Amino acid sequence: MNDLTSISSTALYTAFVVYLIATIFFGATIRDKRTADMTKKGFAGTIAISLTIIGFLAQLVYFFTRWAAGGHAPVSNMFEFVTFLGMSLVLAFIIIYFIYRLSILGLFALPISMLIIAYASMFPSEISPLVPSLQSHWLFIHVITVSLSQGVLAVSFVAGLIYLIKQIDQTIFNKKTLWLEIILYSLIVALGFIITTTTFNAMDYNASFEVPKDGRVVQMDYHLPAIAGPKGGELLTEDKMSPLFNAPDWMQGKDAPKKLNTLIWSFLTGSILYGLIRLVLRKRIGAWVQPFLKNVKPHLVDEIMYRSVAIGFPLFTLGGLIFAAIWAQIAWDRFWGWDPKEVWALITWFFYAAFLHLRLSRGWHGEKSAWLAVIGFAIIMFNIIVVNLILAGLHSYA
Amino acid sequence: MDKIKCECGHVNPEGTVLCESCGKPIEENQHIDGNDKTKLLNMRYDGTARRSQTYNRTIIDKTWNFFSSVKVGVMLIIIALIASGLGTIFPQEMYIPPEAENRDPAVFYEDWYGLPGKIYYQLGLYDLYSSWWYMILIALIGVSLVICSIDRFVPLYRALKIQQPKRHNTFLSRQRLFSKTDVVSDEHKKAFVSNLKKQRYKIVEKDGNILAEKNRFSRWGPYVNHIGLIIILIAALLRMTPFLYLDEYVWVREGEQKLIPGTDGEYYIENKRFLLELYDENDERFKAAMERKGQLVHKNYQTDAIIYKAKDNQIVGQEPELEKVKESSIRMNEPLKFDGYTLYQSGYQENEFANMTFKVYEKADADQKALGELTIDLTSPEKTYDLDNGIKVQVTQYYPDYELEDGEPRSVSKFPRNPAFVFNVFPPNSDQGEVSFVGIGKNIDATGENKYKLGILDFEMRYASGITVRRDYTLPLFIVGAAIFMIGVVQGMYWHHRRIWINPKEQGILLAAHTNKNWFGLKKDIEKAIEGTDIQMVIDQEEVEKEA
Ligand code: HEM
Repeated sequence: MNDLTSISSTALYTAFVVYLIATIFFGATIRDKRTADMTKKGFAGTIAISLTIIGFLAQLVYFFTRWAAGGHAPVSNMFEFVTFLGMSLVLAFIIIYFIYRLSILGLFALPISMLIIAYASMFPSEISPLVPSLQSHWLFIHVITVSLSQGVLAVSFVAGLIYLIKQIDQTIFNKKTLWLEIILYSLIVALGFIITTTTFNAMDYNASFEVPKDGRVVQMDYHLPAIAGPKGGELLTEDKMSPLFNAPDWMQGKDAPKKLNTLIWSFLTGSILYGLIRLVLRKRIGAWVQPFLKNVKPHLVDEIMYRSVAIGFPLFTLGGLIFAAIWAQIAWDRFWGWDPKEVWALITWFFYAAFLHLRLSRGWHGEKSAWLAVIGFAIIMFNIIVVNLILAGLHSYA
Repeated sequence: MDKIKCECGHVNPEGTVLCESCGKPIEENQHIDGNDKTKLLNMRYDGTARRSQTYNRTIIDKTWNFFSSVKVGVMLIIIALIASGLGTIFPQEMYIPPEAENRDPAVFYEDWYGLPGKIYYQLGLYDLYSSWWYMILIALIGVSLVICSIDRFVPLYRALKIQQPKRHNTFLSRQRLFSKTDVVSDEHKKAFVSNLKKQRYKIVEKDGNILAEKNRFSRWGPYVNHIGLIIILIAALLRMTPFLYLDEYVWVREGEQKLIPGTDGEYYIENKRFLLELYDENDERFKAAMERKGQLVHKNYQTDAIIYKAKDNQIVGQEPELEKVKESSIRMNEPLKFDGYTLYQSGYQENEFANMTFKVYEKADADQKALGELTIDLTSPEKTYDLDNGIKVQVTQYYPDYELEDGEPRSVSKFPRNPAFVFNVFPPNSDQGEVSFVGIGKNIDATGENKYKLGILDFEMRYASGITVRRDYTLPLFIVGAAIFMIGVVQGMYWHHRRIWINPKEQGILLAAHTNKNWFGLKKDIEKAIEGTDIQMVIDQEEVEKEA
């Protein structure tokens, strides 16, 4: 590791911690009486947004020092790309904050951003060399623009989430409260993934299997205890847990059993965590958060949600479709090739186009829009996680 | 025609909901925009008469109305979205991995994915994006957005052109943002207007009625972007014609010169050298990443190429005379362009031999001392080779890609991937040849009585470079379409059409405002403009309504 690289990772770590502190201050704004009028900022709010900006600057330091160290913009593998997404969300939040001055947004946007950055750090973080197809300025222009647009669109998710928590009647249990709870639960599962992976990484857990594949025997290393083992695999490492069952046959992809195993662990940890939270709160998480949003004006939140889609959509078109097409034209001789990543960019685009058109009719403002904003973000995350790691086309980063 | 005359004197076309001039609701048409059920007026298209809302008699009317519904448009988009998603469950036909044993779709999908794969294949999802129904779906979206846009653009344009600063009281009080101030001095009114001017509002005044308007152009954004989309769809259609779109592939070996397919025999490419570079495994920056991966990482694929053009004075049947046009290297991400064609570095193969060097020695010689050497160029072996010491080697058979099938030697391809020879070796001053068979790992003496033997001394491998040839006259059209789309979408999204009406009412004024999006911004504008005056801030009637 040289100096730049270590400065870079320290800066990223700093940013993360500063975001955490900023979140606490955003939390304090709820009690700040003056924020009853949400557009006037109080003392806590000022500190919170200042910290957010400091954190963002630290993350910029991470970005540019890593760029200098590697010789290319750090958006070329999963770690770098997802980290950048977290950073884009913070930037988008800062911009929206200065338009609408709504502190509560920070209380939700920053934790989600931290979740994204922590998720990123689960991927190998070494600076990797660029294979020939990635050696293009258009790659960086494309990825950076898409990421920024996704950051802005993520703000609409944040606003949508706030709207739903605030507006959905929590006195009864029905489909709406259930779905809202599922959204919150999935955020906790993401946390479960991070906790599990970090814990076993710290323990240096390793269980090797010998697995028959295409007539040869290959070695597969598990870094989490194997609940779902590779089919026909034989555990080599002593004293390690042997699998409870084997991954099914049809899971053919590279390292599929390992990915399944990780998924099971994430849900396991996430569910335990969720269960504990419920035990403490004695009510749905949504119901517990709702009173804190007493002062929030739903109209304003709805407008922020719509506005961020309005800002994000053109950016997404530019980065996700047009710049992507330019790069694909130069690198692969066709600007569009229907590979899964491209198709999912198109799906995202269709989805937000549908969102905008639905907003033209009155009945779709407010709650319905909020659900759509959540679904939109789910599609974005699907494109980043599932498509990259599982459907994996040309863009496969991992 | 049932034109409707409003009390303000303006004559409106049939189907108008709000008078184009003063905005007074036209009673019998209120159901069209749903105004009869709400306190606030639906301002989406300023209450203009739209064809789709007015006529519904003929089949043309009905088709028009069907496609001009945004609901239908959204449904089409959602269907396209879901369909597109289905196509990503398993790889599309063109992405069937090369390592599959059988790449025939009829076999592959079932082989790899079992029953779901079989269903996927049978439903035709393996080639979804060029299926007729997918294309029809996209075409329907195109039709819908054209009709929808025309249906709204024309009347909206008219209404915004005709609108007057004087508005009917009902129109004003049923706007989302509205306030009434009982007493306002002229001075304050002036200050208000001049503040609005400072915020770049255009002021139109008539008999003391004021309309302040800004960013009307942003209303045209959607129509502009839809035009962009249509251009892109047309470009996609044109791209299916071979005249406008050329897509060829050619393999050129190092040292080889080849006709570039698709150029009507006009252009030739010579591959001087293919270069495959790897990252230095000791590179400080990337060491850690490469160690974790445990393999070397490719850094560069490059073909050093020369492009030739055949001279005009060609004689049929003769080798054309060539003229050098360009010499350059083709790299991934750095294609080579000439005369409208683009060449891309798309692939490479390393499994071919360029030449082989043999030595001739006496079979009985334990040291295998070379009596002579010969080097055979494997793309064009000569018939005989005369060695220095008088030995003559004749090539009687050449199998570039040797395989033994049913005891019969043959060549499975014409590429030198596994070369083998039948040689006839003539000792100095002799016509009596000895036959032997030599290949990689094989050296057979046909009679068992040969005196001489040939052994492989050395060989050179060479790369074949895979080059895509493209000429795409539709690209400019795509670029224009995309640019227009971007302009339209930015125009509509980053600017917002805002209107503020100030009409005198007795001693005071009625103040109302409308925007197509970003109400928060409009409110801020008004707040700033009335600062220091007695004018009442507008009330957001929708918010009040909701909270009540
Ligand atoms: C993938 C295809 C489409 C895209 C990307 C697209 C894009 C857009 C965008 C960005 C807007 C601006 C929305 C806003 O300002 O909030 C818009 C408006 C609109 N679009 Fe589309 N559109 C598409 C297809 C359609 C179709 C099929 C229809 C027909 C039903 C349609 C009808 C409209 C209408 C009526 C408007 C509103 C115009 C106005 O506000 O005056 N669009 N479109």
